[in-house]
Amino acid sequence: MSTVVLLAITGLGLGALYFLVASGLSLIYGLMGVLNFAHGSFLTLGAFAGWEIARRTGADSWVTFLLSLVLGAAVGAVMAALTEFLLVRRLYERHIEQVLVTVGLGLATVALFEGIWGTDPVFITGPAWLEQTTSIAGARIPNDRFMVIFVAVLVLLAIVAFLKFTRFGLIIRAGVENRSMVTALGIDVRKAFTLVFAVGGAAAGLGGVLASHFFGYVSPLLGGSLLIFAFIVTVIGGLGSLTGAAIASVAVALLQQFANFYAGGTGDLAVVLALAVVLLTRPSGLLGKKA
Amino acid sequence: MRENEMVRDAEHGAQSPVRRESEQSPAASPGGDGGRAAPSARTLTTWVAGAALVVLLAVLPLLNLSLPGILPGPTYTPGALQVLAFALLTAALALSYHLLFGVSGLLSFGHALYFAAGAYGLAILLDRAQMGLLPAIGVTLVIGLVLAALTGAVSLRVTGISFAMVTLAFAQAGSVIVRRNPDRLTGGEEGLALNTDRLPELLVGVVNTKYLYWVALVVLLLVYAVVAWIEHSRAGHLMAATRENELRVRVIGQRPYVIKLIAFVVAGVLATVVGMANLLLQSGAVPRAISTDFTLTLLVMVVLGGVGSRWGAIVGGVLYTLLDQRLNALASSAWIEELPSVLRIPLSEPLFLLGTLFILVVLFLPGGIAGAVGRVDARNRRRTGKADPRTLLEEVV
Amino acid sequence: MSALHAPILTVSTLSARIAGQQVVEDISFQVPSLGVTALLGRNGVGKTSTIKAILGLIERSGEVTLAGERIDGEPTHKIVTRGVGYVPEDREVFASLTVAENLRLAERDDNPRRELVEKLFPDLVARSAQLAGTLSGGQQQMVSLARALLNDNELLLVDEPTKGLAPKIVAEVAETLEEAARTVPILLVEQNLQVVRRLAAGAVVLAGGRVVHTGSAQALLADEELTKRLLGVHGGDDSNQPAPAPHASALNPEVRQ
Repeated sequence: MSTVVLLAITGLGLGALYFLVASGLSLIYGLMGVLNFAHGSFLTLGAFAGWEIARRTGADSWVTFLLSLVLGAAVGAVMAALTEFLLVRRLYERHIEQVLVTVGLGLATVALFEGIWGTDPVFITGPAWLEQTTSIAGARIPNDRFMVIFVAVLVLLAIVAFLKFTRFGLIIRAGVENRSMVTALGIDVRKAFTLVFAVGGAAAGLGGVLASHFFGYVSPLLGGSLLIFAFIVTVIGGLGSLTGAAIASVAVALLQQFANFYAGGTGDLAVVLALAVVLLTRPSGLLGKKA
Repeated sequence: MRENEMVRDAEHGAQSPVRRESEQSPAASPGGDGGRAAPSARTLTTWVAGAALVVLLAVLPLLNLSLPGILPGPTYTPGALQVLAFALLTAALALSYHLLFGVSGLLSFGHALYFAAGAYGLAILLDRAQMGLLPAIGVTLVIGLVLAALTGAVSLRVTGISFAMVTLAFAQAGSVIVRRNPDRLTGGEEGLALNTDRLPELLVGVVNTKYLYWVALVVLLLVYAVVAWIEHSRAGHLMAATRENELRVRVIGQRPYVIKLIAFVVAGVLATVVGMANLLLQSGAVPRAISTDFTLTLLVMVVLGGVGSRWGAIVGGVLYTLLDQRLNALASSAWIEELPSVLRIPLSEPLFLLGTLFILVVLFLPGGIAGAVGRVDARNRRRTGKADPRTLLEEVV
Repeated sequence: MSALHAPILTVSTLSARIAGQQVVEDISFQVPSLGVTALLGRNGVGKTSTIKAILGLIERSGEVTLAGERIDGEPTHKIVTRGVGYVPEDREVFASLTVAENLRLAERDDNPRRELVEKLFPDLVARSAQLAGTLSGGQQQMVSLARALLNDNELLLVDEPTKGLAPKIVAEVAETLEEAARTVPILLVEQNLQVVRRLAAGAVVLAGGRVVHTGSAQALLADEELTKRLLGVHGGDDSNQPAPAPHASALNPEVRQ
């Protein structure tokens, strides 16, 4: 029983991380038709920014931890907005080239991060509570799991509120469904593009700081390794669907955890299999637009 | 009779306005099918130039040419031949990717899987099964074929970005298996060393690098011949037609799924062939060969060279390899060490420079190198037709 | 002639492409600043593409002027904010948004004409919290019309507003358009010739992506021979849509994207 609880909560934590990456990917794809290969770099940069501030102001303080979350989100948002503004926008409506540009940016930035911070993982610590465990039903759960889940739920609520109650949110929801009709109502949808990149980048940057606590280290490859699963999550959930991304994040992470433990470390393979099954039975994903 | 009509229709479909526009541009297929429209003198020149280039490449190991800054030594030295052979194999692999992406419009993120199947398959068969080289090659080819057919049959059930993701996932699964080293079969992170017991002596050892170089050249020519033949065949025209407009292909009674599967399988098998040659050349297989990054670099090469252009893929592959080698040498050179870190860090990361170059090409050089050359060429010949190879890209997703 | 009768929209040598396929070729016509002008032709001749090309929704070349100003180089949202209302074929309401959100999204002016819309479509007021995707076809068409009528426009582009609707709803839509046409000129694509007969003053007929006839709509419909030749139906025919052979429309480049 305690193992199941541990696996479930760790799976939820991992799912929360996937969601922080996949939410942005899904919104960006839904609105702009761009699969953003540089999204992992937003996460990695956020993680390093969080670490840089932590080592300067004392990693064990809660103020520092909060500061690192804010900074991680801000750095992710700025890098994402610049990516949209300087690179993606220039290739308006040329989806393949937009994808290619993000591929190039992903490759280049990972190499740059390796140049700056080295290729070896940097091990990190946080406030004492995060390093401790809490017993639930006999399972000793590391507290950082709860933190990751808590922040991811907040992010989900914040994004939902933004989409539901602001005019930009309205434009984004409409644009995901039918972008050309939004422009045909006299709305310059490109403003929403930068915004949706920034929102996705902020979530990814936040995810970076949290991932570094979850895994206990930060490395230039951190984003890339999460990105592949976030892609899978996005496709399974249905490109463009935030709810789909949330559900698929949790489902994929749980599947991965349980298969890893009970089926001899086959978690990654199980995820790939799940992707194949979902796409073959529902080509547009769980909650995606009709293909 | 009816079938012939369909084919003619299909070819007509392949020459929808987009296609026609690209054919006005020599960039799309210089010396290739563009030759049909161009004057025959031009075709002849291209053939002669191509043949001369092949002869030159074939005799390179016998010559003493120095290309300082590009090759580590004169062309007869094993070091230089190793670099050149690797460049040729990379070009061959880029060509196989061109058949997928450039011709058929299939954006795959898992092409590395079939390359790795060649390298790992042959290595395992030579070592564990103690097979002779030729039977081992034969079995590996079958493995590559079956693997490509199975994964292709599944991934092609979906299109566009979903297709890209499924291919990515399959390659990722392969990567996981290779790294987990089941039964110590794949060597995990360390990779596998080539067991040379059953190999002909000519293919073993540094002194014999020139034979491996010739193998690489033959592989490139073989891949080129297959790709060119397919592009000119009925199947190739149907692939291009499918890329441009699946509906039209369906309307004339052809099945886009089958056409795309053929392209996928042929490209996969060609990648398997290159993977086997690369195993011999590198004396081993490493897990990087199956990583997503490796497929992404193939994509980078094809786009650098110019999407839709055969020789563009070759130039992209060769250029990328040589640049990568040179930039690595640059990164460890003394004068870089003395630079302030703002310059030193970016300059000592080859992939950063290549990635940046790639971004610049996508932004400012649509159609890549082939596109740029085509435009200059077109201007020289005072062509008026506006060439815009980027239209080739638009319909892919 | 006086400025009063200057055309609101002038299209000259307009060509358009979808995915590289030429769908509109070198067409020219004018829309007067009063009344309804019908854009007619058999299925798939490029009527919808013409509307989309005017709006910049598809790749186009040629000259388009709105109230004397060139708009052919402008992006869609700028053209629309100049005062062009668009009621697309198949309504294109945002299915996942509520009726109220659909309308709120469309409000461009500082003082959108909410009262007018509420008066014209009382049904929508009652359903304002309902998801547009769950509305009937006729109700969706009302949302689509309301989005255009909320703003003060110089011109309305209305594409097959009665397509697939029950006769009673067709009459309601026609009445709404008749009402709207009192204050704003309309370029109307319509297959239902009774509706055309009721609303349109001028007519522009396309065939194979080109203009083959321009003139009075009433005169055109009165000439059965001409109507049959150009549109493939009798002017007085009740059937509202000439059914195309299925394979012909599949081959046609103007197949809906």
